[in-house]
Amino acid sequence: MTINKTLMGAVATIALTAGTAFAEPGLIIDLGGKFDKSFNESAYNGAQRWVEETGGDYSETELANEAQREQTMRRMAERGANPVVVLGFANASTLEVVAPDYPDTEFVIVDMVVDQPNVKSVVFAEHQGSYLVGMMAAMASETGTVSFIGGMDVPLISKFACGYAQGAKAADPDANVIVNMTGTTPTAWNDPVKGAELTRSQISQGSDVVFAAAGGTGIGVLQAAADAGILSIGVDSNQNYLHPGQVLTSMVKRVDNAVYDAFTKGAAGELETGISVMGLDNNGVGFAMDDNNADLVTPEMVAAVEEAKAKIIAGEIEVHDFTTDGSCPAY
Amino acid sequence: MDFLGVIQLLDSSLRLATPLLLACLAGLFSERAGIFDIGLEGKMLASAFFSAAVASYTGSVWIGLMAGIGASLVLAAIHGVASITFRGNQLISGVAINFLASGLTVVIGEAWFSLGGRTPQLEGAARFQEITLPFANAVRDVPYLGPIYADFLSGHSILVYVALALVPITWWVLFRTRFGLRLRAVGENPAAVDTAGVSVVGLRYAAVMICGVLTGIAGAYLATALSAGFVKEMSAGRGFIALAALIFAKWRPWYALGATLLFGLLEALGNRFQSLDLFGIPIPTQFMQALPYILTVVILAGFVGRAIPPRAGGEPYVKER
Repeated sequence: MTINKTLMGAVATIALTAGTAFAEPGLIIDLGGKFDKSFNESAYNGAQRWVEETGGDYSETELANEAQREQTMRRMAERGANPVVVLGFANASTLEVVAPDYPDTEFVIVDMVVDQPNVKSVVFAEHQGSYLVGMMAAMASETGTVSFIGGMDVPLISKFACGYAQGAKAADPDANVIVNMTGTTPTAWNDPVKGAELTRSQISQGSDVVFAAAGGTGIGVLQAAADAGILSIGVDSNQNYLHPGQVLTSMVKRVDNAVYDAFTKGAAGELETGISVMGLDNNGVGFAMDDNNADLVTPEMVAAVEEAKAKIIAGEIEVHDFTTDGSCPAY
Repeated sequence: MDFLGVIQLLDSSLRLATPLLLACLAGLFSERAGIFDIGLEGKMLASAFFSAAVASYTGSVWIGLMAGIGASLVLAAIHGVASITFRGNQLISGVAINFLASGLTVVIGEAWFSLGGRTPQLEGAARFQEITLPFANAVRDVPYLGPIYADFLSGHSILVYVALALVPITWWVLFRTRFGLRLRAVGENPAAVDTAGVSVVGLRYAAVMICGVLTGIAGAYLATALSAGFVKEMSAGRGFIALAALIFAKWRPWYALGATLLFGLLEALGNRFQSLDLFGIPIPTQFMQALPYILTVVILAGFVGRAIPPRAGGEPYVKER
């Protein structure tokens, strides 16, 4: 028995040292899946870019349900992954508990602030990017009504909606903005049928540009918009290619850059913990232009949006952030 | 809300009610024969995946529909073998089917398309297109009746009309044919059917298979008509809502139509009026989204009266005790 224990202890020590020597970065893909064409896919692409450029290796797991968060985070840290990147606001409370138990591991959380000495929180100024696409939407709209479909009804998604509404109102003070959320549970990220139905409902209320910030549900929104011949706006990744000529633009959120940065700096050992805000000034958010939407976006739109962008960066336009006070002046 | 708004709301209700109606009728056949089926959800999901996958592979939505029905039939056969031949617990078998479908669709989808369990977007002939009923455009300008015909009844995919037609067909089969009488008898008193020299096992298998075909159509409708491709877990609990509708409908086809249309209407209402000001009091979005479920509880508790399930439901038939 004692020999057995000693043996096991030895094995454990070897495993531990092997783990620390490993120190490859880890990425935990959130609910919604790696290929959601949106948020998670963007993070995955960032990790892939890092692999291509450095030839390094990283470990990756994908959450299958809500209950796996803590277990997966701990396992990743115990395997010696460093830094561990977790995606999405829903991880915050779990990370708050897990991070203090692994003081030597650095964690990076995207989309939420966790106040721990070994956590770097990357948040995006989604309201700024949404403001710009809101302006484009109002300028492209012929009916004067534009709409928004969010995934799960959480403050983060209202931040998108609020920025979008402010942008639309800035470009056209009379613009009518319809805001709908898909649901209040995580299934709201994966219900394209309901997304499509909400889109049809908004179209019947006069909307002719719809912005989806809803993960997999957004696929249904973009499809219904394309079927009905109205314009749509994608989110997180560049989704213009999904329906060429029918997606006005995409509000890109460079989660890939956040992951890439975390991996690069983590490998070099110079990851700084604390809060990092990715906004218009450091290209953390923006709108996507490519061949697929070149004919939809007029030079006037680009000029107006670029001007607003410069003003937001200079601080002349203040875009209200929904998450600061839980209310929105634009709707 | 004006008249056109009402029409659009009804139009949306009909679209949302169709998968529920198909699944509800599927459950009706199975439960009337004494086989409880909580695997409706899983069968719909499997069918949604295979119909979308095969439709995208072959480019034909009809082949996709056949594949979807096929996949659903395979799961129905598993349910049949487990609960009829081996006399297993029907609820456990149904739960197993739900898990199986939820996992298998993503695994097979990932291996097949490498899109994270998603199928490619379907286009053109790989989707069910909306069909316009005859004269729809000609009568659109007739007051009231015109929009009802042109905007509410016309312009759905063919599966919607199939589902509506299945209501009288189900009624006729169950209540006007010898097969239907025997099927209902098997759910009430299988021993009597057996004494009359009719195979209980055969009838129950037939019911489970019909159930498989109908859930297959429901799944294909979700993936190839309502949306354009499969996304994991896309059935989103509709199989369970169909089960609630079945109890609500007291296992009767015409009531099933009414129940599923009501659920469709409630969901459409929740979609349409997410923020509503009622007499100056703002009603929160969360309330509107919870409304279908709140009303379900209220209706089930207060208005349905006693819903009596088939007497031999859930009991495997043992020939001699």
